[in-house]
Amino acid sequence: MANLKSLFPDRATFARSFRMAAWLGWQIESNWTDPFLFAIYSIIKPLSGAAILVVMYSIVSGGNFESPIFPYIYLGNAFYMYVGQVMTGISWAIIDDREHYKTLKYMYMAPIHMPTYLMGRGVARFIVASISVLITILFGVAFLHIQIDLAAVNWGLFFLSLAIGVVMLAMMGLILAGVTLMLANHVWFIGDATAGALYLFSGAIFPLDVLPAFLRPIGFIMPITYWLELLRRSLVGSVAQAFPTLAGFSNAQLLYILIGLTVAFGVLSAVVFHWCEFRARERGMLDMVTNY
Amino acid sequence: MEYAIHTEKLGRVYKLRHAKKEDPQELTALQDVNLQVKPGELFGLLGPNGAGKTTLIKILTTLLGPTSGVARVTGLDVTQEAQNVRARINMVSGGESSGYGLLTVRENLWMFSQFYGLPSKAANQRIAELLKIVGLEDRKNTKSSDLSTGLRQKMNIVRGFMTDPDVLFLDEPTLGLDVGASRDVRSFIRQWVDANPTRTLLLTTHYMVEADELCDRVAIINKGRVLACDTPANLKRGLQQDAIFKMMLSPLNGLNVTQLEALAGVKKVTHIPQDGAAELDLILESDEALGGLVTLLTSNDIHIRNLEKREPTLEDVFVDLVGHSMQEVEVRE
Repeated sequence: MANLKSLFPDRATFARSFRMAAWLGWQIESNWTDPFLFAIYSIIKPLSGAAILVVMYSIVSGGNFESPIFPYIYLGNAFYMYVGQVMTGISWAIIDDREHYKTLKYMYMAPIHMPTYLMGRGVARFIVASISVLITILFGVAFLHIQIDLAAVNWGLFFLSLAIGVVMLAMMGLILAGVTLMLANHVWFIGDATAGALYLFSGAIFPLDVLPAFLRPIGFIMPITYWLELLRRSLVGSVAQAFPTLAGFSNAQLLYILIGLTVAFGVLSAVVFHWCEFRARERGMLDMVTNY
Repeated sequence: MEYAIHTEKLGRVYKLRHAKKEDPQELTALQDVNLQVKPGELFGLLGPNGAGKTTLIKILTTLLGPTSGVARVTGLDVTQEAQNVRARINMVSGGESSGYGLLTVRENLWMFSQFYGLPSKAANQRIAELLKIVGLEDRKNTKSSDLSTGLRQKMNIVRGFMTDPDVLFLDEPTLGLDVGASRDVRSFIRQWVDANPTRTLLLTTHYMVEADELCDRVAIINKGRVLACDTPANLKRGLQQDAIFKMMLSPLNGLNVTQLEALAGVKKVTHIPQDGAAELDLILESDEALGGLVTLLTSNDIHIRNLEKREPTLEDVFVDLVGHSMQEVEVRE
């Protein structure tokens, strides 16, 4: 009973854990430099990432920006920024608090709900990612002929998919946070390594059909695959549906799959994080500072 | 009676990393620790570095699981009811520079107050009061990254006291503080406990004077075991039938502690080598034992520069229990 209470504390505990973590996350994200530099960085960083991709695409395709593969890649890459920011950001909070600020033990000792706290820390990353995604897409529309017909956009599907996807990424971030709690050395790279690996298996920059057959199942069990497909379809429907991988699925079917996988990852994240937290506590790793 | 802190046969064994599978190595940090701390007590855990003090505090503050035994804080099991325990406790660790460097002192403290569910207005008022007490009022708008280690330590002391916990754990709270700041902190600790009989404070320290001055009761801990637990006065009273001397000498010229302890009536000798001199702390069964000791020293051409008889201290109690001074234990470990 006591353990159940620690899993599901009262509403006030949830609320203050989330609210204050979101506040703290924003302070950390926005206060590392002066506001002007922060604004410049927020614009330059996503555009630089997009520029690298555009140059690579240009070389490989011989400058064929009219091909439907270009918006496929461009939008997939743009929305993939959420993966790096939200999923990795949540697990990064563990490293930041434990190793950098040395406050993780005080957070653990406070009467908060740790998974909710970590989700809250992801809010600032979500805001930063949203700005980056918006800038990247606007840049694509303005300068790279990415054609988004605002009147044809399925806004309902877009925002619903986006919201479910962010929740899904937060759940995946929680799994990563649990693993981070259990690790000491090499823990700095785990977030980027995971995001990098999923980049290849989620249809972000190429359809899953391009992968060798034995690797495709990895992409099919990743909710990010369906999430990116739904976002593309909602923004540039006909272009996205031209690719065969998920062409057999309707939007509703993709949505159900995404919801199902999100729920599955939600359950998995709760179990994994709770187990990792328990083990980390048993091993005395909650306040371990490795300075690795 | 419901104790503020209650442990029964509490133990903690660490499995050492990088130990070979066929030869698993373990480190016993705590062994069969039985403690009962009453509400309203200022209780001290005294021991050298590595004695198990911090491990015990980590278990009591729900940061570390025990490998055996039971620990309860305010009647709640720290393993089974960790979340409820957390609402009733707080902790400050000395000698570390924790805190969000990007936030000001006031922001850091306010944020933690909100995590504990304190109303914002009351929290701000409490923060202002405590910052004034620790002398950090004029630095409240300074980013904590710009504070010295000592000032950060003061900020963390405020963080610990700010939530007015039922049980407060202070792990070497004056480590890294200058003499004046340490004195102020000690004075505030005592006032805080005395102001409300339901407040309990567990303090770990390896400063004997700090434990002696502050604590209602002290547990002396070494190698994970509690060797004695009583009021400082009672602990020292146990040595009062002994004669305790401090002797300043010329260097010992090859004479060693074992030879000195072999003399009749000499219970314990602690040798503290100094630059061109030697200090001996002596616990003798009676004043008469001093004669044989002086004879041995002078026959070895060692000159006595100063001899002082003094009252027993907690350091003497420690030496009596462990056989070595705390400093010696730390060096050996």
